[in-house]
Formats: sequence, structure tokens, C-alpha cells
Amino acid sequence: MSSEPYTPVIVGFLCNWCSYRAADLAGTARLNYAPTMRPIRVMCTARVEPQFVIKALREGADGVLIAGCHPGECHYVEGNIKALRRYTLLKQMLRQFGIEEERVQIVWAAASESKVLADAVDAMTLKLQAAGPLRWRQTVLNGHGAEHAVRESAEVRRAAALAAQHVEGER
Amino acid sequence: MSEERVGVYVCHCGTNIAKTIDVQDVATWAARQPHVTVARDYKFMCSSLGQEMVEQDITEHGLTRVVVAACSPHMHEKTFQGACERAGLNRFMFEMANIRELNSWTTRDRESATQKAKSMVRGAVERVIHHRPLEMLPVPINPNTLIVGGGIAGITAALDIANAGYHVYLVEREPSIGGHMAQVDKTFPTLDCSACILTPRMVDVGQHPNITLLSYSELEQVDGHVGNFTVRVRKKARFINEALCTGCGDCIEKCPGKALDETFEVGLGYRKAVYKPFPQAVPKYPVIDPESCIFFQRGKCKACEVVCPTHAIDFNQKDEYLQLTVGNIILATGYDLFDARKIPQYGYGRLANVFTSMEFERMVNAAGPTDGQIVLRDGITPPKSVGIIHCVGSRDKHYHEYCSRVCCMYSLKFAHLIHERLPDTEVYNFYIDIRASGKRYEEFYHRVLEEGTHFIRGRVAEVTDAARMPGEEGKLIIQVEDTLIGKQRRIPVDMVILSVGVQSRHDSQEVAQLFGMGCDFNGYFIERHPKLDPVLTMSDGVFIAGACQGPMAIPETVAQAGSAASQVISLISQGTLMMEPIRARINADKCSGCRICNNLCPYYAITFHEDRKVSEVITAMCQGCGACVSACPSSAITGAHFTTEQVMSQIEGILWDVRETIPLMARS
Amino acid sequence: MTDKGTSPAGNGKPKLAIYWAASCGGCEIAILNIGDKLLVVDDAFEIVFWPCAADFKYEDVRNYPDKYIDLCLFNGAIRSSENEEMAHLLRQKSKVLVAFGSCAQEGCIPGLSNLTSASDTFQAVYMDNPSIDNPAALFPQTVTTVPEGDLHIPFFYNTVRSLDQVVPVEYVIPGCPPEPPQIWAVLEAIVTGAQLPAPGSTVIGASHLAVCSECPLEKHEKTIERFYRPYEITPEPGLCLLEQGLMCMGIATRGGCGALCPRVGMRCEGCYGLLDGVEDQGANMISAIASVVNVGKPGDEETELERRIRAAMDSIVDPAGTFYRFNMAHSLLHRARTGNHDDVRRVKSEVPHETH
Repeated sequence: MSSEPYTPVIVGFLCNWCSYRAADLAGTARLNYAPTMRPIRVMCTARVEPQFVIKALREGADGVLIAGCHPGECHYVEGNIKALRRYTLLKQMLRQFGIEEERVQIVWAAASESKVLADAVDAMTLKLQAAGPLRWRQTVLNGHGAEHAVRESAEVRRAAALAAQHVEGER
Repeated sequence: MSEERVGVYVCHCGTNIAKTIDVQDVATWAARQPHVTVARDYKFMCSSLGQEMVEQDITEHGLTRVVVAACSPHMHEKTFQGACERAGLNRFMFEMANIRELNSWTTRDRESATQKAKSMVRGAVERVIHHRPLEMLPVPINPNTLIVGGGIAGITAALDIANAGYHVYLVEREPSIGGHMAQVDKTFPTLDCSACILTPRMVDVGQHPNITLLSYSELEQVDGHVGNFTVRVRKKARFINEALCTGCGDCIEKCPGKALDETFEVGLGYRKAVYKPFPQAVPKYPVIDPESCIFFQRGKCKACEVVCPTHAIDFNQKDEYLQLTVGNIILATGYDLFDARKIPQYGYGRLANVFTSMEFERMVNAAGPTDGQIVLRDGITPPKSVGIIHCVGSRDKHYHEYCSRVCCMYSLKFAHLIHERLPDTEVYNFYIDIRASGKRYEEFYHRVLEEGTHFIRGRVAEVTDAARMPGEEGKLIIQVEDTLIGKQRRIPVDMVILSVGVQSRHDSQEVAQLFGMGCDFNGYFIERHPKLDPVLTMSDGVFIAGACQGPMAIPETVAQAGSAASQVISLISQGTLMMEPIRARINADKCSGCRICNNLCPYYAITFHEDRKVSEVITAMCQGCGACVSACPSSAITGAHFTTEQVMSQIEGILWDVRETIPLMARS
Repeated sequence: MTDKGTSPAGNGKPKLAIYWAASCGGCEIAILNIGDKLLVVDDAFEIVFWPCAADFKYEDVRNYPDKYIDLCLFNGAIRSSENEEMAHLLRQKSKVLVAFGSCAQEGCIPGLSNLTSASDTFQAVYMDNPSIDNPAALFPQTVTTVPEGDLHIPFFYNTVRSLDQVVPVEYVIPGCPPEPPQIWAVLEAIVTGAQLPAPGSTVIGASHLAVCSECPLEKHEKTIERFYRPYEITPEPGLCLLEQGLMCMGIATRGGCGALCPRVGMRCEGCYGLLDGVEDQGANMISAIASVVNVGKPGDEETELERRIRAAMDSIVDPAGTFYRFNMAHSLLHRARTGNHDDVRRVKSEVPHETH
């Protein structure tokens, strides 16, 4: 992949208790860091399933950052360790898909560690600038002869929503 | 989903957002996005006018969902949820995009920030259309409270809660409550006798019908959540039967075993193998230290058993484990002092007459190892000159960067006490700044100045006994740059006192982890908000008070303890707490009984029904972490408000500009 | 042989077509394995196209009127331009098009070649293959000019796709292959005129629950230390295979096969595909099993924790091939990034292109 200058797009999964607050604190302290990370809040990194990471990479992200509490400090005891297990296996698998190590990263940042988070975003941005864009749909799914409509999962999701509705209605 | 009508509001927040993000552009752009009915920008969304605007739009435009792009949800999510509710929209049909803390405040790049803001708004819109109406869940609050730590913070909080009529378990690891305040002689600036103001409260705690005092006990495990914590406490064996002991002290008198008292007397004095840490100890029962007890070490003696009039000595006593159920927990575990040995150039441990502040505190105490006499290490000679070195281990990049807040004041206190006891002794205070910011503190400083204390502004380079000049023989020489006159000085003194800073407890990390909490870089417990919520933590129902949160003196500690207590009382008096309905639910129709989820729950909220071969989440116990939701291979578990559909849609929205949308295949 | 005329009037029986694209032939065998029920099928349907069993030509299909075929069972993935052409053709000519079997449903084994590229595949087959001697480095060409004219062979796509990624389908019958009793159940429903569920890539002939619901092995809470290849251990009978460290995909795989493989101590490989409401079977599988790998707890030192977790995950050989063995073409990523997405040769023929 070329390393012409481009602005990487990183999807960041931040856990509500530690890393999201660290990110808030970074803003409050006016810590400047690369505006490349687009945040998504989850309650705990345990909620970050591999599917989310893969989806982000498929939809055009150049990298994914998962940020949570330090092991041992998880608000839900060990959600971050579950996340670490999933992330470790996912990364090994993504290598087989030609997705480099630096594109999916996990970082631990306690609620007061705003600088750790900011530095992690900056570091990842630099690495992604060097690795080049990923833009999966354009570069991989749209290769010659592989032009196709990737089945939109709207149907699948609608069915799941209906199922959930049924479940909620029971309460 | 195309019937959804979303209102998008982009806040300027004065110039906080608008200076960096082109908010008007974002609003205009948002109006063009799918599902968006109304899009506005406004100066201060959180103002009553801003909120009214949202409420009006909900009514007039029939909005079904609302997105506010403004500050952090931790600031105003509840504000806008309230606005939605007032207009008749379920409060969970709302989403915030944090374009301030996570965007405008982090960069000066206007173009990128605006583009990022659009992504965050689009992500929020795509997510919010999949939100479902949810109701808050009531959780009962157990009226018992656990307080960890029996220093002045723990004591104050315990009395406040107990006096309100609620039961408290007070757990303290030392044999007596009192903490560091019990070691102190006089307190600044009033020069109250510390024990005199503390011991009445200690007695109150010991006698209060609503307080169960668990001294000489350690916290082993904590499970559960606010309203319902299960705590396991280990009551260490005193080898004294508390039911029989009268506290007469005969055992202590007759005990031949001796040990250096490293805890209370900080190594300056001795105690027996069976001992009370100090005379006014609460509870009154002594404790046998197996390390120094002749019977435990060599199988001989048992003098205490012989003399005890009530036969209260029990060498076979075992540690006891207690299981407590409480609704709230206050951590008041206090502080440790900086170890002066870490700064070898100050000579502590090497040069005999270098003392730490706590050693001096014990020395000056009438009930201490020298009966209140200020003497050198030889125990006889009073010093003719004393140097007090401020900021030992504090305000120093190599040790602790922070200011320990109390050392200037206690150093001044020492100066005053030395003048009082030894009127002819010269006292030198070596300082960087004099931090005397509390009530009557500055006046105290002036008093000490007028008593003839010498103040030298400079960080001491070293304390040495190597004499170089006449008059330095046999003395400790303090080498320092006097920055006010711009000269190097060598001040010979008889005694040096190191005003060591405070630091977090050596095991604060382990304690925090018991609660699923973290500590900051300095080991202090992390508060929910440094300005507005200093005694709350991220965990509902777990509070912190006193020096375990950060360096502070007694007035601040008492205030924090009272604050934590009042918060606890408020929770208990409500009886039930309305909890966020962010929890998991297993759809039994989709569960295949694979049992992957069963041992993933940190709150043990998942059970398996052997008869139906399906798993179930007990909603009341679920805390909403999502671990099981992510793990279910059948996607049979729904995580309310963080469903897979919601997050996947948010991902699509947030990548709106880089995902090349390939058209859907036409369906036949 | 039945009348191969273009006339839609025939003997009134519904028209049945069975076609194989990029497949192994196992689905054809599975259909035959319904045994004597085949006679019922033959009796109920008129077979108008079945390359495996009868001598129909593509020209015949082209000459059929649109929607002439009542039921088309299409197995095999879309690997070449021929597969794609037939997919479009059969869609045009069929009332009900069924993606039959895992290849058509989700790519199946042919889909695994999405981990490499067409040019690497050709290199492996036509050059590096130990039993090939190809000094002139000849590769198949889509167009070869000979004195008599141009010879065309289908174009070999870089990426394998499922049937529904090329044309919309009404129903899906999963499995590699679909189990004969399930095949018969569907055909019987159609023969007896029973109401089928609403069409739209709807799965029929299978369960809506995972394989675990049909599996007789005893299941407990899962705490796995490491994983084993099937040859490395002999599983204890009667006990869940996943708990014993074998990579049983049953937890994330649709049931309906009767848990045939776990019943005999062989871990499920996942051939019945993903469940409703799941977007990516492999991702779900990773999440589920990584969560229960019992390595690491709060209080562990960070780097040691990472090392031990990595070591445990290293016991999973070839995660991509394992977790996406059958559903690569339906996975979110769809294929690997190989840095080489130009297909081997540009197409010059009349192969239809998607023009968006």
C-alpha cells in the first residue's frame, strides 16, 4: 500500500468509566491530539465484540483503537480482560486477512490518564499514516472482477429488532 | 425505520465549540441526512431556552428521537433526557454527540474538527433511530454501611451515619481506631491536643449502639453492587477473648517479651509482645504479637495467661471470617508517609540525629517514648539548634510531584513547640514556599516568625556530618542555597527534622481492585469529579473520604467524611434507588443452551435452567457491562441501550464519509 | 427424456431445475441420498435442467420463458463468469430460486480461496504444482485465437461470492451438504403444497437454534485453558467437545443436522452457517470462545497477562480458516487483502458486468 499523505480515520471504542473519562479530561485540559479518532462509547470494553472491530474496518476505518481500564481496575471487575482475550485472537486472525498489527490496538487508560490516551491516538495516527489507507470497501471489495453488492444486513438487523421488540414487549 | 423523525441540535457552547467547529455548517448538513426532520444550532443548548427549544420541537414536529451535539454526556445527558421526558418522549430515545471534550477542545484544526463533528452527529443519528424506550429499575438499598478505615475520616463518617439511625460496620486493620491523628501531639493551628479532641469520638464509636467495630480486621473480598454488597472480612486473632477481657492491662505489665514499636512509635520506642497501641485505644482489648511473643516463638512463658484475672488469654484463637451485607461502602483508608531513606543525601538512617516528622511528633508527645522531652538519639541531650527541612519527597519530580499540603503547617508547628520547650534553641526552617492557606494558618506563620525562627528559602542539598569549617565539628551540617540572598550556606545544627510528605497507602492499588476501581498515578483513589464530586467514585455506592483521596489535613478530612456520610444517608433514606436499565436479557427462544455466557458475569447474574436447557440473566443483578452480550454466539442476548444493532449502525454513521456505499441488490 | 421444447405447456407438473456452480458435487449426492423419496420427487416434478444427471444444454435454459422454472435448487459458489452467468440466467427463468447448500449460501470451502488471490492460485496450480512441468509458463486464457476463430473459457474471478451476492434468492437451504432428511422435508412441503415462510433469503430446512440444542453431550460452564487439533486428543465421551478444548463450532452454527458430528466425537465445523440475527459467524465464534479461555485475572501484571493470553490463543492454528471455513463469502470482511486485486486477465467477452 502506498504511503502518500492522507488523514487516517480511527474508530475508537471508549469505555464509559475509564477511557471515556480520560478522553473527557484530555479535552477539559485542552490537550491537543490528532483529530483522527472518532469515538464510540460503550459501558465496558467487554462490550466491544470482534464484530464491531471488523465492521469498522470494513466500513472504511484505517484503524481501530480499543481503550479501557487497566487490568484489575475494571469497573465491572474483569471486562477488560475478556476484551483482551478477544482482541488477541482477533488480531491473530486479522493478520491472515492482510490487516497489519498496528491497525487494531488496545490501550489501557485510567480516568485520570488523559495523556496516555492522547499519546495513544497520536502514535496510532503516525503508524497508520506510514502504513497507508485501508479503506476496505474501495480497495479490497471493489477489486476488478469482485464488484458486487455486499449484502446489506438491514434485513438481518430488522429481524433482530423485531425479535428484541417481542422480547421487550414481554416485560 | 424511515418513519423516524430525528431532531438534531448542535450547540455552540459559547465559543467552546463554535470557535473550532463550524456549527452552522454541521446543522445545515445534518438537516440533509436521512431520518432528520429538524436540525438547529444554538448558543447554549443546556440553558432553559435550549431545552425548551427541544421540547417545543418534539411537540410541534412530532419528533421521535433527539440528538444533541454538545459537551460530554457525563455533563448533560441527564439534562436533555429530562427535557425529552417533559415533552412526553421516553428519556432513552436520546443520544449525545460529544463534540466538545472529544472534539473542539482537542484540536485547532477547524476543517478536521468539523468533519469529525459531522461523523459523530451522523453516528448518533444512525444509532438513535434504533433506540428503544426503557424504564429505570428500582433497586432496594440495604441500610447497613461499611466503612473501611478507622482514622478520623472513618470515625466521623461512622458517627454521622450512626447518629442518623443507621447501622455501620467500621473495619480497621490496626488493633485500635484513631489512625495517624492518634500519633500526633498537637494539631495546627489551634495547638489542640490531638488525643484530647480525638479520643472522645473514639469512645463514642466504641459505645455507639449503631456501630459494629471490627478492629484488627482486614477486608478480603467485595462482591455485588450498590444497595447490595456482600463483603468478607477477616477478623485477625488477637489471642484475647474479647468477651472476657476487661482491659485491665495486667498482662501487659507482666509480659517479658519486648519488641520495637515500628507502627505507633515509628521505631522510637518499645512495646511488649502483648500490647495496646496506646493507652486510650478503642477497643480496650490488647493484642498478642506472635512474632515477639515468647510462647509463640519458643513455647515457653504464658505469663499473661497466668495473671489474667478473667482468663481471657486464648493462644488457640483463630482468625474469624465474617460475611457482611451492606448497601454502601466508604473507603477512608488514610495515608502513608514518605520514606525518607529514599533521599540518602538527607542522611536518615545513616546519621543518628536526623529524625522524620512522625518521629519528632512522637518525641514531643507527653505520652511518647521520651515523655515529651526533645532530645537527641542518645535520649539525654537536648539540641541547641534544630533544622527543619520542608518538602522532603514532595514537589519533587524524582519522588512526588505534588505538594503534600500539610508539611509546611506541621513544620511551623514543630518550630513553635521547640521554642516552647527549649526557649534557647535556634530553629531553622528550610522551605521552598510557605503554604499556609487555611483558616488562621497565615497568622500562625507570623507568630512563628515572631518567635525568632530563622526561615531560609532553598531546597536543602544535603545533610552531612563531614565538618569542613570551624564550628562544624560534631554537628550536622545543612548545605543549602539561600535563594533570597543568592549564597550557598552551611548551617550546623544538632538535630535535623525531615518534614516528609504524605503518600498513598502502599496497598491502595489492591484495595481499589477489590472494588473494581483504579488509582491515579500517585496511588490515590480516583474521585468521580475533582471539583464537584470529590467523595464519589465511578462505582455507585462506593465513596472515598479523607487522605486516601489526596493529601489533606484534618478539617478537610472531616468535611469529606461528613459529605460521604450524608450521601450515604440520603441513599439509605430513599429506600430504593432508580438504576439505569442498561442491562442484558436473554431471549429464551433463541438460546441453544451452549452455556458460554454462564461464567462470564462478574455479578453472577446468569443462571442455567437444567429443565429447559436455557440460560437466563437475572435483570436486577445485571450491571450492564455487556460481556455476555458480546460473547453469545447465537446473538441471543440483548444489551439494552447498547444493542448490536445500535452500535453497528453507529459505526456506519460515524464512517459516513469513508464508506463507499454500494447499492443494495434489487430484490425481486 | 422430457420434451425439451420451448413451450411452457407440458404435463402440468411443476418444473424443477438443479444446478451446480463452483461445488464439489456433494449436494447432488445428498439429493440422491433421500433414497426412494427420489421417486416421489420425480413423480411430482418435471426436471427441466440438471447437468449432473440429465443432458440439458444452457441453450435450453435460455430458450425457456421467464419464470418457467418453478423451483431451482442452485448449489455451488460463484467463482467464475460462467457461474455468474448461470446465476443470472436461472434467476431470470425461475419463480423460486433456492441457494442450496453452503457454497451457494455463504461460499463454503471454495470461499476459503478468498484468503489468497486469483493470480496466486494460478501460480500455485499451473507453475508451482510439483506434478506440473510448465516451462513456457502457460496459463489459461479467457480468449484464445485459433485459425478457426476465438475460443472462450470463463473468467476466473479473484473473489468467490455467494449466490445471493449476485442475484436475490427466495430461500436458503443450509448445510455442507444439507442433510437428506432436511432436503426431503422441504421438498415434501412443496409437493404437498404446505405454506412456506415468507421469502427473502429465508432459511428453510434447518433449525433456528444453534447445534447445541440438538447435541446430546453434557454441557457445563466453560473454562478452557487451551485448544487442541482433532488428532491431538481423544475426547471423553458424553462431554461437550468445546469444554475439552476441541474447536467445536456448534455454539455458533445453525442446527438442523441433528448434531451428527459431535454425536460421534467429531467437533462441528460449522457447515450449516450462521444463525438469524448474526452478521458474521466467525466474529461471533471468536468472541464466544475467547471469552471463556480461562487465562488471566485481575491482579495479574500487565505484560505477563498479555503473554499468557497470547500463548493460549496461539494454540488455535489458522483462525481464519477455522472460523470462516464455510462462511468466508458472507463474512463482513469477505476476503483477505492480498495487495493484488487485479484479476488475472481482463474480460473481453460478453460476460455481464455489474455496472455500479
